Amino acid sequence: MRLTINSDFFETSGTRTLEELLNDLDIEPGRVAVEVNLSIVKKADYSAFMLNEGDKIEIVNFVGGG
Amino acid sequence: MGDKLIIREIEFRSRLWVGTGKYKDFEETRRAVEASGADVVTVAVRRMNIIDRKSENLLDYIDPKKYKILPNTAGCYSVEDALRYARLAREAGISDLIKLEVIGDEKTLFPDTWGLLKATGILAKEGAIVLPYTNDDPIMAKRLEDAGAAAVMPLGAPIGSGLGIRNPYNIKIILETVKLPVIVDAGVGTASDAAIAMELGCDAVLINTGIAGAKDPVAMAEAMKHAVLAGRLAYKAGRIPKKLYATASSPIEGML
Repeated sequence: MRLTINSDFFETSGTRTLEELLNDLDIEPGRVAVEVNLSIVKKADYSAFMLNEGDKIEIVNFVGGG
Repeated sequence: MGDKLIIREIEFRSRLWVGTGKYKDFEETRRAVEASGADVVTVAVRRMNIIDRKSENLLDYIDPKKYKILPNTAGCYSVEDALRYARLAREAGISDLIKLEVIGDEKTLFPDTWGLLKATGILAKEGAIVLPYTNDDPIMAKRLEDAGAAAVMPLGAPIGSGLGIRNPYNIKIILETVKLPVIVDAGVGTASDAAIAMELGCDAVLINTGIAGAKDPVAMAEAMKHAVLAGRLAYKAGRIPKKLYATASSPIEGML
């Protein structure tokens, strides 16, 4: 299915949940926060959250700043 | 050692808070933060690099178990943006602390106090520990306190300007106006600026550019550590009053 992640297009196959997506991308859930279609997804819901074709996902983490 | 800074039952082991922006690289960041003796380290919230999975992460160098991570909402010019970033930061699950910035102007990076107040009230109700980056207006500070802020962070001077504490009189009035901890944030350029903030009675100082932009950031980090300690001790020691005329330090008695 086609997803937009951090404004880039991604094609995934076999990925159904947000947790699976993070796994596929080799992203540790503990250091990120995720928004799907402008709604923040609670960490506890990652494994149950189903992704859909065309979903716009933002994955943020902490970087250097003042 | 009974002079701990406490905010909402969180104990802080240092009154020097440091930022992690503008360093040469993560290793320099790590060394400067360590030299500073800081407990609180601010970070920004930005998109993760999904494409390059080998790229390093700040938190590989700044251990969240060793330091208290304070996410900011830098770059947010609206209440909506600030709320979005603050909520994302909290959901990362590393910290409930948020350094709330709602910026009003690109040139000065001064806070949009109206938006700041609004966002503070909303986030405080959601249970965030809100530390608003504000100006040196005591009335604003009081409003932020009433809105549920956990501390106030008045700027000393514009971010990165190195101009020091431009209005110590207002900072002093803020200290008398609010019961919350007062943490000077922005504008500290060198050690004496940090000491001055602490001598006024401030509870802590947050420094980023003043350290990261120095010729030797690690050395400056150490200088700031001592400055904050010295300033705090001097404040608690109770300075002498300022007088127009001299009072001799040596006795007259026994003069030849």
